[in-house]
Amino acid sequence: MLIFEHTAAGRKTKIQAPETDTKISDIPENLMRKTSAPLPEVSEMQAVRHYTSLSQKNFSIDTHFYPLGSCTMKHNPRACNSLAMLPGFLARHPLAPDTCSQGFLACMYELQNMLCEVTGMAGFSLTPMAGAQGEFAGVAMIRAYHDANGDVERKEILIPDAAHGTNPATATMCGYSVKEIPTLENGDVDVAALKAAVGPQTAGLMLTNPSTLGVFERNIEEIAAVIHKAGGLLYYDGANLNAILGKIRPGDMGFDVIHSNLHKTFSTPHGGGGPGSGAIGVSERLKPFMPLPVVTREGDQYRWLTEKDCPQSIGRMSAFMGNAGVLLRAYVYMRLLGREGMQRVAEFATLNANYMMAKLKEKGFQAAIPDRYASHEFIITLKKQAKDLNVTAMDFAKRLLDLGYHAPTTYFPLLVPECLLIEPTESEAKEALDGFIEALVQIQQEAETDPDMLKAAPYTMPVNRLDEVRAARQLDLSWGSSRD
Amino acid sequence: MSEIPTDLHYTSSHEWVRLEEDGTVTVGISDHAQEALGDLVFVELPEVDSELAAEEACCVIESVKAASDVYMPINGVIVDTNQALVDEPEIINSSPYDDGWLFKINPADEDDVGQLMDASTYEAELED
Repeated sequence: MLIFEHTAAGRKTKIQAPETDTKISDIPENLMRKTSAPLPEVSEMQAVRHYTSLSQKNFSIDTHFYPLGSCTMKHNPRACNSLAMLPGFLARHPLAPDTCSQGFLACMYELQNMLCEVTGMAGFSLTPMAGAQGEFAGVAMIRAYHDANGDVERKEILIPDAAHGTNPATATMCGYSVKEIPTLENGDVDVAALKAAVGPQTAGLMLTNPSTLGVFERNIEEIAAVIHKAGGLLYYDGANLNAILGKIRPGDMGFDVIHSNLHKTFSTPHGGGGPGSGAIGVSERLKPFMPLPVVTREGDQYRWLTEKDCPQSIGRMSAFMGNAGVLLRAYVYMRLLGREGMQRVAEFATLNANYMMAKLKEKGFQAAIPDRYASHEFIITLKKQAKDLNVTAMDFAKRLLDLGYHAPTTYFPLLVPECLLIEPTESEAKEALDGFIEALVQIQQEAETDPDMLKAAPYTMPVNRLDEVRAARQLDLSWGSSRD
Repeated sequence: MSEIPTDLHYTSSHEWVRLEEDGTVTVGISDHAQEALGDLVFVELPEVDSELAAEEACCVIESVKAASDVYMPINGVIVDTNQALVDEPEIINSSPYDDGWLFKINPADEDDVGQLMDASTYEAELED
C-alpha cells in the first residue's frame, strides 16, 4: 500500500511545522506555488507505522544469507560504523580548513597508503563517489595520458565478453569505441583473439580478475605484455577484489589503473543504491592525472592537493572529496583486519565458494567451469533443468526466496545459459552454506515432482511473481500517473 | 528445437539473412536467438543510410535478461528498418523470420550472402 492511499483530506501533523508570525522564507512571492503540493495527508502515527512496516519487509544481509555473485554482500562489522560516526568526524564541516581537519586527513592519508599497499599501486585517489564513477575516472585518466603524449589515434578499448556491463558503458562515456574479446571455455581470455585485436588504435583493456566467471585469469602476465607492447594501458575492475586481498596485487599483475568498490570489499552496507566509493589506484605514470582532491603529508601536517599542485589532473568528481562516511568505514575495517586479517578474508571467501561448488556438484548440479577451482564465486548452470523439466534459473531463484535465501545473481554472466552466480563471502558459517545447499536440493526435487508449483513461486513474499516483461515495457514509477 | 528455415543464411552471432529479388538483403535474429534472449522489451534500430562493415554492431535488442548487440552480417548500407518493432518489440518473439525482421541492407557485394552459413551448418553449430 502506498502512503498516498492512507490520505484523509485535510489531515495534518502541525507539530512538525514551524509556526511563526515572522516571514521565515526569502523566496520571492512570484516563485511561490499557488496550490499546495499533492502530499500524503496522514497522521504522524500513520506515517511512522507505514515506513516501519516497509522497513520490516527488507531482505538484507542482516536478516538473511545473500550470496549475490559479483556484488560481495558480506558482513559489515558494527565497529566500523560506530567509529566512523565519532562526533569529530560527523560534525566536521566539509569546508573546514585543513588545519582544523588534521585527524580526518590523517585517516584519509593512511587509507590511501593502505590501498596502495594492498593493490600494489603507486597512488590512490578517494574521490569517486561510486564504482561507476571510479570506472569513469579510470578510463578518463587513460585518455588524459594518451592525449598528454599526443597519442590521439587510440580510439578503442578492448573488453572481454565476460565483463560487467558497466565496462563498455564507461568506455563509451569516455568517447571510446569498444571491441569485445571472446573467452575460452576454460574461462580464460582468448589470448590469440586478443593479439589479433590489439594495434595502434588500442587505448587499453578493461579486465576483471578473478573474472565474473569465478575463475582467476591465468594468462594475465601475457595479456599485460600484449597490451603494453601495443602502447595501451590496463584497467582493473575491482568488483572481485575480495577474492585476492593480501594474496596477489593488481599492480604486480601489470595493471595501470584500478577502481575498488570500497563499499563492497571494505565494509559499507550496500545494495540500495548508495552511498558508495569507487576509489581509484594508479601506476606511477598515471599519477599526474588522478582526480582531486588527494591528501598529502608535509612534515607532520596533512593537506589536500588541489589543481595548483596537479595541473594535469582530470579534475574533480564531486563538490568535496568523496563519501567521507564510506571512506572512514573502509579505514577502520582495514585497521581492524591488519595485514593477516586481509589475507584471511580472501582465504575464507575462496574456501567457502569452493566448498559450496564441490557440495553442489556432489548433489548433481552442473558447474559452468567444473574442472577449475572457483575464486570467491562460482556458477552453476541449470540448462539441463530448463531443457528436461522446463524449470529455469529464474524459477529456482524465486523459490529460494520462499526458503529464506536471497537469490544469487541470475542470468549473468551472459555467456552461461540459465546460470546462477553464487558468492557466499567469508562472513558465513558452514551451517549457512549447508542450509543454502539443502534449499537448492529441495528445489531440484520440487522441479522433478511439481514443476508447475515452481513456476508461480514465490508464495511467502509481500508480492508474488512479478510481471517483469510488463514492468520493462510499461515502466511507470509515478503515483500520479497511475492514479489517472 | 528451434526453427531454422532452409532458404536463409545465418551468422554465428545468430542473425539470419535473406537476399530479396530486388537485390536488397533483409536481416533479423534467429528463432534460437529470440528464445535464448526471452521476452524482448526494447529495440534500438540502426540509422537509415548508415554505411557499415560486416561484424560491426549496428542495432541493440533488450530483453528482461540482457541487452545484446546485433551485428552487420555483410558490408552494406542500411536502407530500411522495421519501425513496427519500436512499439512492439515482442513481434520478434512471435515471428522472428517474418514480421520480426530488423533492417534491410543494400549490400556492397551480393555474393557476400552466399559466404554465410546455410541452415544445416547453422544447425550443426547450435548443437555444439
